[in-house]
This record gives sequence, C-alpha cells and structure tokens, in this order.
Amino acid sequence: MSLRIVVTVKYVPDATGDRHFADDLTVDRDDVDGLLSELDEYAVEQALQISEGSDDDVEITVLTVGPEDAKDALRKALSMGADKAIHVEDDDLHGTDAIGTSLVLAKAIEKAGYDLVISGLASTDGTMGVVPALLAERLGVPQVTLLSEVSVEDGTVKGRRDGDAASEQLEASLPAVVSVTDQSGEARYPSFKGIMAAKKKPVESWDLSDLDLEAEEVGLEGAWTAVDSATERPARTAGTIVKDEGEGGKQLAEFLAGQKFI
Amino acid sequence: MAEVLVFVDHVDGAVRKPTLELLTLARRIGEPVAVALGAGAENTAAALAEHGAVKVLTHDASEYADYLVVPKVDALQAAVESVSPAAVLVPSSAEGKEIAARLALRIGSGIITDATDLEAGDEGPVATQSVFAASFTTKSRVSKGTPVITVKPNSAAVEAAPAAGAVESLAVTFSAQATGTKVTGRTPRESTGRPELTEAAIVVSGGRGVNGAENFALIESLADSLGAAVGASRAAVDAGWYPHTNQVGQTGKSVSPQLYIANGISGAIQHRAGMQTSKTIVAVNKDAEAPIFDLVDYGVVGDLFDVVPQLTEEINTRKG
Ligand SMILES: Cc1cc2nc3c(=O)[nH]c(=O)nc-3n(C[C@H](O)[C@H](O)[C@H](O)COP(=O)(O)OP(=O)(O)OC[C@H]3O[C@@H](n4cnc5c(N)ncnc54)[C@H](O)[C@@H]3O)c2cc1C
Ligand SMILES: Cc1cc2nc3c(=O)[nH]c(=O)nc-3n(C[C@H](O)[C@H](O)[C@H](O)COP(=O)(O)OP(=O)(O)OC[C@H]3O[C@@H](n4cnc5c(N)ncnc54)[C@H](O)[C@@H]3O)c2cc1C
Repeated sequence: MSLRIVVTVKYVPDATGDRHFADDLTVDRDDVDGLLSELDEYAVEQALQISEGSDDDVEITVLTVGPEDAKDALRKALSMGADKAIHVEDDDLHGTDAIGTSLVLAKAIEKAGYDLVISGLASTDGTMGVVPALLAERLGVPQVTLLSEVSVEDGTVKGRRDGDAASEQLEASLPAVVSVTDQSGEARYPSFKGIMAAKKKPVESWDLSDLDLEAEEVGLEGAWTAVDSATERPARTAGTIVKDEGEGGKQLAEFLAGQKFI
Repeated sequence: MAEVLVFVDHVDGAVRKPTLELLTLARRIGEPVAVALGAGAENTAAALAEHGAVKVLTHDASEYADYLVVPKVDALQAAVESVSPAAVLVPSSAEGKEIAARLALRIGSGIITDATDLEAGDEGPVATQSVFAASFTTKSRVSKGTPVITVKPNSAAVEAAPAAGAVESLAVTFSAQATGTKVTGRTPRESTGRPELTEAAIVVSGGRGVNGAENFALIESLADSLGAAVGASRAAVDAGWYPHTNQVGQTGKSVSPQLYIANGISGAIQHRAGMQTSKTIVAVNKDAEAPIFDLVDYGVVGDLFDVVPQLTEEINTRKG
C-alpha cells in the first residue's frame, strides 16, 4: 500500500518584522523577510510522524502557492524531511483571496494526486483558518480539522479536536483533508543532513496554465473580496507606569477604581 | 427591507452573547432572520426575538451532533435559498469560520472573517478587520455573491429590539458529504463558573512569570474579585500550568475586553495579537523593559507575588 500526503505550506511575512500594506492594499513583501508560516511546520511534522509510524510506502509532497521567494518555505519543509515539492507561481496570482487560493490549491492537489492533505490551523498572516475547510469542500472529501492529535491506519484518519464546549474524537475515511494545531507536537528542526539532502530534492513549478486556470479566476481582479482601506492603528498613548515600593497593588486598585472597574 | 441571515450559536437553546451582538449588527444592514440548529433550537426563539429577529428558522436532526460541520453548512445553504438574504453573518468561532467558508464557496460568494465592526455601504456591508496583530485596521467588502461575514465576539454592544421572532421550521436535505466526518466521542468541558474568555468584560491573564500551576490560584483569585475570565500566555500553557482553551493570542483566543490585566507576561507579538484591542490594558511585570509596558494604560513594575495578592485584597475590601 502507498499513502500520498500533500502538505500545504504558506510563505508569510515574519510576524516580528514591520508588516504593512503595499499601495494596492496587498501585503508588502519587499520590506519584510518571509518564512514558512510556523503553524505549517506542525503540519509537516505530523506528516513526517505519520510516515515514520507507517508500514506503508508514504510519500510527502509539500505544496505552496506564492511568489518566487516562497521556494524558501518549500526548502525548509524539504529539509525537515518531506520528499518533494510543488510551487505554484504565476504573476496573475498576486492578490488572490481565500476562495481563490483554495481553488488553486485544490487544482494542484488533484493534479499531484493525494490520499491525505495536511494543513496548518491558520496562516500567520491572513489568520483566517478557513483554507482546510474550503479544500475539503472543493475536493468533496471529509474535513478532519483543528486536530491536536492525529493518526492514520487502514485507510482511516482519526483525531482529537479540542473545541470551546467539548473535546471531540473524529474519524473519517481517506481521502481526507486534515488540519493540525500547534498542540499536535513540536516541529523538528532540520538537521544538517536534512538541509544538504533538501538541495537535491525535486521542486516542480506549475503556473496557471498547468492547472487549467484562467487569470480572471484568481488574483486581485478575480477576487471575491475587496480591501478598501488599511490604516495603521495609532500607537497607544503612553500610560502611567509605577514602580512597586510596597504599595503597587493598592495604587493599581486606585487606578481601577478611578476607571470604574471596581 | 432586505433580510440578513444570522447563524445562531447556542447550547441546548441558550443563545450565546456573540449571536445577540450579530443581531444588533444585522439590523444596521437589514432585517435579521436567525437560523438555529440542533437540540433546543426552538428554545432560542424568545431571546432572538427580543434582540430583533423577525423570523427564526429552526431544524433539529441527530446529524448536527454526530458529524462535523457539513450538516450545518447544508442547513445554512437551505436557509440562504429560502430567504435570498442580503448577507449572512456567522460568529467567528473556529467552527463558525469553517461553516461560513464552505457556505460561501457553495453559493459562489466571497468571505470575510473576524470582522470587528460592520456598517452599511453603497456596495454592500463594509467590514472592519483588525490585522497584523492588531497593528492595522482594514475596511473590506465581499465583491462577489452574497456577503458571508464572520464577526468576532465583543464587536458590538448588545441592544434589545423586540421583533416578531416567528418560528418556522427549515426544510433541510443533507448532502452526501454530511456524514463524512464522524464524531465518535465527546467530552464536554467542565464549567469553571467564570465568564467565557472571549465574551468577558474583564480578563486577568498569567504568563511564565506565574511560575507554576499552583500559583495560578493567585490569578484566579484576582479574576474572581473582578468577576473576570482567566487567560494565559502560550508559555504558561505549554508548561502545563493552565489549559490551552484559556490561551490568549494568535494561536489561542483573541479577546477584546473592557479591561485586560497581564501578569508576568512579556508581551510577545503573538500574545499581543490576541489582546491588543482591549480597551484598557494593565500589566504587572518585574522587568521595566518588558514590551507589554508599551501597550499599557497603567503598569506596575514589580513582583507579581507581592502586587497581585495586595491588589486582590484591596479590591475585595473596597467592594466590602
Ligand atoms: C491581513 C489579511 C487579511 C485577509 N483577509 C481576508 C479575508 O477576509 N477574506 C479573504 O478571502 N482573504 C483574505 N486575505 C487573503 C488570504 O489570507 C489569502 O488568500 C490566503 O492565502 C488564504 O487565507 P489564509 O492565509 O488566511 O489561510 P488560512 O485559512 O488561515 O490558512 C490555513 C492553512 O491553509 C494553507 N494555506 C493558506 N494559504 C496557502 C497558500 N498560499 N499556499 C499553501 N498553503 C496555504 C496553509 O497550510 C495554512 O496553514 C487576507 C490576507 C491578509 C494578509
Ligand atoms: C507561531 C507562534 C504562535 C504563538 N502563539 C502564541 C499565543 O497564541 N499566545 C501567546 O501568549 N504566545 C504565543 N506564542 C509565543 C510567544 O512568542 C511567546 O513565547 C509567549 O507569549 C511568551 O509568554 P510569556 O510572556 O508568558 O513568557 P516570557 O516571554 O518568558 O515572559 C515572562 C515575563 O514574566 C516576567 N516575570 C517573571 N517573573 C515575574 C514575577 N515574579 N513577577 C512579575 N513578572 C515576572 C518576566 O519579566 C517576563 O517579562 C506564539 C509563538 C509562535 C512562534
């Protein structure tokens, strides 16, 4: 038996950098370093663990839709241990929204062939947390999402979803789309050997025509949503800061009382 | 006036506050029609009517509890087809966002998630979002199809506005996908008796500085003196001191209370992402250089083991 896993990975601007918008109100990628969205490292990790714990022949493909630099995210995932990578890159993709991104990803996943798709719970830039559900809808397969624990056996995926009201055990037959949370287990660091090996692993590049998609279906033009304005939040005005010299708790209570919280 | 569908989040008929906020926002763009599903759906009608629902569409079936997400999408799609609304509003919970996204795709529409405000515009509802760890505010629209928008808790003050709230049963045919993901077990979370983190007016949080699970009792006592919810940083959660469901931040909950009190939390960007929009921010930290102090309205540089008990005692005394 063989198990084909496709892991979706997003290339995002570093959250600790000075993130801002370009003139067309898309993310400015020139001024901030990009990296593999940390939450997708957990998806790569779970794919590797499923592979390591399986008697099947498992192949892990990492897939990204993004600009040229997004290759860095693929390299990182390959150096963690994924087998190959697919980069969907096309100038017409600039400004694609969630509905459009899911269209491109679904086409690429179908073309690549899959038994299991694994995503992160949310990207660290758009942070919508909707792409895995959209992929399940488009592919017509079960969504087994937001898992803090995941296992695959005999064509069935099982997992634990920790919600607000309850913790649920879920189960579905493959093929399926899974997303994993940052509670699923620390992601490994690439080893030196892994980094060297990654340089030799295949990275395929596909454009819109490879996926039978038209420019009008994606990008800023094709988007289902429009951003009209983006304004920087004014810095908070400097607050009062006191040093505790024995009365810090009482002083704070005085402040809270003044603000009518007590 | 155009109808606006509001997806109801309820537990056995008890409507959660974010849904009432949605009804308030929905009235700015049309007439709210609520959709309540699952056990106790009909019992939601009174609360929904009191807050402006002209109609309440209900449906119960075991599928809602036995399978993940898709049965609810099927029902909401049936509601969209019967009402032809001007917009669909869904609470921004993890599940709410998934339901909204699949619905948007099915009806050929765009989706906006995590709106913090909503107003009527010439080209349909305009949503405010707080992005990049709340450092930017954007205004966006859905430009194709029926706008599907998820709205964060605490985005509007709940206003009563009595309306008919006529209960109608919704006809739902489940899709082939509905039974794809089975819920084989469910362990309900035990109630702490404290307010829901995302809905609370005051949140008191502890971080690595709390230094141990047992010390969280200090944070809980302070929270209880204020009737507040308890939050935690990821460092405290990862150390096993407090449950993940209480984590505040990018991969935890985002909160936007009237008052946020951070104790022993440095204020990393991912933590800020979840609390930066709080109205008043207070911090207790022994490091005067901690980045959290850049955000505060009031900060105490000091040891939380001294400051927090004194504060709790003072609050309890003042409340008499
Ligand atoms: C600040 C901001 C706000 C936005 N708001 C909206 C909005 O309201 N509506 C809207 O339609 N679009 C919005 N977008 C655009 C949207 O973020 C992108 O289209 C995006 O690729 C899909 O959404 P996400 O990154 O939020 O994905 P999420 O749903 O948060 O991501 C979940 C997982 O999907 C996978 N994934 C997501 N994108 C890719 C990709 N390009 N390549 C590979 N895997 C991927 C990853 O595994 C990721 O962990 C916004 C973007 C930004 C930067
Ligand atoms: C992808 C990603 C997602 C993340 N998501 C989240 C998230 O959702 N939420 C989150 O919180 N973090 C998140 N993080 C982690 C984040 O980067 C920080 O590591 C974390 O917030 C630090 O927690 P802390 O402030 O409690 O700990 P620290 O940064 O270690 O700070 C502890 C603070 O306590 C103070 N202190 C110590 N002892 C005392 C005392 N006795 N009295 C008073 N003060 C004291 C110290 O001065 C220090 O400022 C995420 C990280 C990544 C990479």
